[in-house]
Amino acid sequence: MSVLAITEHRRGSLRDVSYELVTVGRELADELGEDLELAVIGGDVDSFASDVNREGVDTIYTVDEGEEFNHGIYAQAIEQLHAELDPSALLMPNSVNGLDYAPAVAESLDLPLVTDVIGLEGGSPVEVTREQYGGKVETTYDIGEDQFAITIRSAEWPQAEADGDAAIEAVDVDIDESALGSTVNGFEEVGGGDVDITEADVLVSIGRGIEEEENLPLVEELADALGATLSSSRPIVDNGWLPKNRQVGQSGKVVTPDVYIAIGISGAVQHVAGMKGADTIIAINKDPNAPIYDLADYGIVDDLFEVVPELIEEFGGEAPDI
Amino acid sequence: MKILVTVKEVAEVDDEFDISGLDIADSSLEYDLNEWDDYAVEEAVQISEDNDDVEVVSVTIGPERSEETIRMALAKGADRAIRVWDDSLEDAQFLDVDTKAEILAAVAEEEDPDFILSGVQAGDDANGATGVALAEKLDFEWAAVVNALDLDADAGVASVRRELEGGVEELTDVDLPAVLTIQTGINEPRYASLRGIRQAQRKPLDAQGLDDIGLDADVVESPVERTDMYEPESEGDATLWEGDASDTASELAEFLRDKGVVES
Ligand SMILES: Cc1cc2nc3c(=O)[nH]c(=O)nc-3n(C[C@H](O)[C@H](O)[C@H](O)COP(=O)(O)OP(=O)(O)OC[C@H]3O[C@@H](n4cnc5c(N)ncnc54)[C@H](O)[C@@H]3O)c2cc1C
Repeated sequence: MSVLAITEHRRGSLRDVSYELVTVGRELADELGEDLELAVIGGDVDSFASDVNREGVDTIYTVDEGEEFNHGIYAQAIEQLHAELDPSALLMPNSVNGLDYAPAVAESLDLPLVTDVIGLEGGSPVEVTREQYGGKVETTYDIGEDQFAITIRSAEWPQAEADGDAAIEAVDVDIDESALGSTVNGFEEVGGGDVDITEADVLVSIGRGIEEEENLPLVEELADALGATLSSSRPIVDNGWLPKNRQVGQSGKVVTPDVYIAIGISGAVQHVAGMKGADTIIAINKDPNAPIYDLADYGIVDDLFEVVPELIEEFGGEAPDI
Repeated sequence: MKILVTVKEVAEVDDEFDISGLDIADSSLEYDLNEWDDYAVEEAVQISEDNDDVEVVSVTIGPERSEETIRMALAKGADRAIRVWDDSLEDAQFLDVDTKAEILAAVAEEEDPDFILSGVQAGDDANGATGVALAEKLDFEWAAVVNALDLDADAGVASVRRELEGGVEELTDVDLPAVLTIQTGINEPRYASLRGIRQAQRKPLDAQGLDDIGLDADVVESPVERTDMYEPESEGDATLWEGDASDTASELAEFLRDKGVVES
């Protein structure tokens, strides 16, 4: 038996999670006493295979089908590889595309599926850790079957760096074209515009704690007083209160300012994906258990409507009437 | 045309909470309509408003308590609702992705919808997998993380945008019937009007047990077993400024001055 991990690429490059899968896959394979196998599906498979040929990988299977991700091709290819290789663990990324094929593959192979895994311990049974209730608690699960499927949260494991000497093997799979029910027509970048929050040294970032659009001038005033740029979590953009180019996170922008002031933001994993690289993180949040405090360097556990007006005054500004 | 929308009542955790056994204590939880499902309901209702003869049916796996949430979906414009629950679901430790997909599939087979809208994830469990698993069970096509939908029912195609990471969207055509998992931001969910809330009281809400939908109690059995729940050890070592708002604000101000963010 083996551990089989499915790499991910987009528009000509392997995504970081592919290298993370090597690390977590090797750890699990060691604990189970098995080989680590990778699959590279679609695109420039040979160059992807040589990129991901890192230390700890035993075999890399390349499946030269399709240019970009298509979940139908992925599902069919993985199902056939699984039948042939009979791995114990099937590891996939908990990315947007991972979530577009992993549940279907698990379902069709009749494998138990646990998603968004942040900890993994090989044994009998294998134990996995995940977060629930918006990151306020962690839970562990035993998987009582020898074969299972897991999706891995990105950036939880380090990327494998050292070169490896895996065997690279091209595999032919039979893709039933008539069963492909979706067609990818292209890509579009979104979120351009006037301000580039990725360039800012100081970000004042606001989340759902602001409650109403009418309250936004409060944080605008603070950003002004600090000479900072205003950014936000996703709900603010979903509500149309700020344009898309202000959104920090997995589906927004990745920012690396010197100072990031997160106000009324819980610190959901998809938000954290965009701001954890900030040099100094300061949180203002009334919930002492908010996950943002796991990341913050400094914090004020209090009502933002109390703290922010005081702060504005500290810098000689005037808090707007809201 | 019939649209089935999956609607989940999610548990939200109070700022201070207790864990009891393998779950959060009921007294620390409040319940609400899942954020992502709210957008899915809105999308379905907008389609029904823009087209003739569209019926929007919601389906929920949940106890009687969840009827409050279901009435919200009805008040926003769903035509009728189905709720599945019984003792074996009540007694289950938790419901895994496969169990939920199987129950929803049984309802879908009965209802025979043209397509199904589901939230990308539920705010509490955050599995993010039920919609796609359901599609596979039904042998429907699917698309995950959809933030724009243009439906051509006559051609049997849904043109969607899938929101990938880093501000990139994928443009994809999906053959119907399909399950689409809906991302927030696709529309602006309406508030339930008073009139809507009144009307919702009269809309059909059909409570079913596993028996009624042709499943037996085995469906709740899972090879996956929850073994622990705990508050994660804070990895953070945040310095917390304490005192009233003027104290904490002045500490933060001093810090920002020291750092040279603002001139003193
Ligand atoms: C596929 C996918 C992609 C996503 N991409 C992104 C992304 O790019 N960026 C992103 O941000 N999210 C993204 N999300 C959404 C993410 O999961 C969360 O829903 C979102 O980040 C929550 O935003 P929030 O912290 O502002 O709101 P909440 O989680 O609701 O948190 C609000 C916080 O404000 C605090 N608060 C409330 N009132 C006050 C007050 N008066 N004073 C002080 N504090 C207060 C509360 O204690 C709470 O912690 C994505 C989700 C999915 C599924």
